[in-house]
Amino acid sequence: MKIALDIFTIFSVMAGAFFFLAGTVGLLRFPDPLTRLHALTKADNLGLGLVVLGLLPQTHWPLDTIKLIAIWLFALLAGATVGQLMACTARRGGGQPK
Amino acid sequence: MTLALAVDIGLALLILAMAAWTIAVRDTFASVIGFVTYGLLLTLVWVRLALPDVALTEAAMGGGLTGALLIGAAARLRRTEATVRERPGVFTRTLAAVLSATVTAALSFCVLNLPDPAPTLAPGAAAKLGSTGVGNPVTAVLLAYRSMDTLLEAIVVLIALFGVWSLAHDRFWGGCPQLRTHADSEGILAYFARILPPIGIIVGVYIFWIGADFPGGKFQGATILAAMWLLVIGAGLAHFPPVSQAWLRILLVAGPLVFMAIGFAGIVTAGAVFAYPDGFAKPLILAIEIALMPTLVLALALLVAGAPQRMPPQ
Repeated sequence: MKIALDIFTIFSVMAGAFFFLAGTVGLLRFPDPLTRLHALTKADNLGLGLVVLGLLPQTHWPLDTIKLIAIWLFALLAGATVGQLMACTARRGGGQPK
Repeated sequence: MTLALAVDIGLALLILAMAAWTIAVRDTFASVIGFVTYGLLLTLVWVRLALPDVALTEAAMGGGLTGALLIGAAARLRRTEATVRERPGVFTRTLAAVLSATVTAALSFCVLNLPDPAPTLAPGAAAKLGSTGVGNPVTAVLLAYRSMDTLLEAIVVLIALFGVWSLAHDRFWGGCPQLRTHADSEGILAYFARILPPIGIIVGVYIFWIGADFPGGKFQGATILAAMWLLVIGAGLAHFPPVSQAWLRILLVAGPLVFMAIGFAGIVTAGAVFAYPDGFAKPLILAIEIALMPTLVLALALLVAGAPQRMPPQ
């Protein structure tokens, strides 16, 4: 059981790391602000989610587990809010012209 | 072990590169973003060094609050920056480079020549921990062994705030500070500012309270509470009070005043300035912390808010 959980952790965290990598590549390569935001928020939501999911079996129930999930939920909330705000600014033609 | 070493080396290289980039980049705003990122990396370094107290402070004050202050300053400077594009002469730049190199060399010399093992007061501080009534040695240093420093820190924050206020236009003296917002009371930011503060306030008070025995404390807690207040105001759900309000000014000076009163009472009750009478250390430390908390929350938030910019509606 212990080994199965460890394998789950390794795969899940690696999948999360892959999403962060893909998000970073997207952030650097995509042509305009909205697609770059898309890449960035994907990395935050899914990448962090998978990392947290993978780490759950390694935590002490209940406090550490709940804290970890809470961190993911807060990152989701903040990421979604900031993503919306930046997208609004970008659509209004805000930010500096390059 | 080797993996941890690889992570540490990577972190060190990253932080050096970030520092170099922050200095080298031309755009003020980009430089500020670099500085905030640098602060977050530094937080990770403190965590790696097993110093969560310092890490919390760095994340809250160094990265968060200083970052907010610098972003505000950069936004204000942007208008003037476009017109000023002259570079300093070769002589000035050479002088600056020599000065920086000398300081770096002197610092490196000092750090590399520290005696090994380094002289430490840690065993002594740990031995007397029981008499302070707190369980976190960092809090004991800040509020029992070296409480004078903490008092002066709080006063420095206040003086900085008065400095910011003194920049106000004559017409707005005693008026309300204002954040630059695009407030939309039905927008996503307003939604966020309604959801987050209840949780943020609990976290802030918890970090303040837990500081007695675990990493945490009033500066970190106050920064979180100030951030919650700024979020609500930034979303357009509330406004700053006029800085001439009596309650505001009383709360601002209450912390240092209580601190000083308890400190000087030590002459009578314990025989020395900033000494606590036996058995009363914990309650007195708690009283100081509780009095300082509103001072710090208000001062930190108002520092970010800047000078008063409008008069309160009559």
